[in-house]
Amino acid sequence: MNWRWLFHVAMLSVLVVPAYAVLPDEQLADPKLETRARHISQELRCVVCQNQTIDDSDAELAHDLRVILRERLLAGDTDAQAVSFIVNRYGTYVLLKPPFEQETFFLWLGPFLVLAAGGAVVVFYLRGRSAVAHMTEKALSADEHARLAGLLEQRDAT
Amino acid sequence: MRRLATILPVALFAALLVVFGLALNRDPSKLPSVLIGKPLPAFDLPAVQSGTSGLKSSDFRGQPMLLNVFASWCVACRSEHQMLLELKREGVIVDGIDWKDEAVDGARWLDEQGDPYMNAGNDRTGRAGIDLGVTGVPETFVVDRKGRVRYKHIGPIEREDWTDIIRPLMQRLRAES
Repeated sequence: MNWRWLFHVAMLSVLVVPAYAVLPDEQLADPKLETRARHISQELRCVVCQNQTIDDSDAELAHDLRVILRERLLAGDTDAQAVSFIVNRYGTYVLLKPPFEQETFFLWLGPFLVLAAGGAVVVFYLRGRSAVAHMTEKALSADEHARLAGLLEQRDAT
Repeated sequence: MRRLATILPVALFAALLVVFGLALNRDPSKLPSVLIGKPLPAFDLPAVQSGTSGLKSSDFRGQPMLLNVFASWCVACRSEHQMLLELKREGVIVDGIDWKDEAVDGARWLDEQGDPYMNAGNDRTGRAGIDLGVTGVPETFVVDRKGRVRYKHIGPIEREDWTDIIRPLMQRLRAES
């Protein structure tokens, strides 16, 4: 085994950086603006390959939207304005963090509703059980008491 | 109480089945358009074929029209093309946007396949299509006589799409003042 060779490979692997879909010619010269653009595009869904962000996606439309986003920032848009430029065209569906509105009511509150329903079921179930336990306790009549006493006596006698 | 405890899980399961069953028939790639009820975004595109007029958003006035977004590189558009030619023969006004395509390629496409469009504009950069919220081709918008988008069809128009949805809608729009 050539250890030196292995060492070289190990050293090279340190240089590996994650690959992004963002191409060098898309990037803005101003690092501040570019950082903002990257940040925004990581929150926007690509409408072609829908579980990727436009930052990740190699789709041509994602490329176009990255370029448009950067144009908006260069034109002086705030982050919110740049995002709404795209939302105005493709809808809130492109927001990977959907806003809380009428349409997303169940999306946001659904888990809590399910939790509440589950809690209600558990409460009813436990209550039902203690009620049943209560009933059997009460149901021991005088006759039964006498019989129980008799049985116990019988056992003690043997 | 006991009965409820047995019925409830079954009922919930049945409800889930219905929800999942409905979701199976829903294609998530078909995004609802945000333009419905709104005027067409402004565009002014050069002609696909030299010697013809281009396409402007202000061309959509006076009567309901279809706006079909296509491209010469689009395979599904090829299957849709015969349908569009048929619509033209029926007297339906269809305008076209040649999306993210070179005008020469679009022109060759129309020469070879036949030209179903009254006017067709070339959107080489794709910006007009993006303003329309186009996610791919073909897509077709139904535009009313006031230039407002009333419906968006994603994918090629099949015969049933035309007879069941788009034609009745256009008849209704024609009846509107």
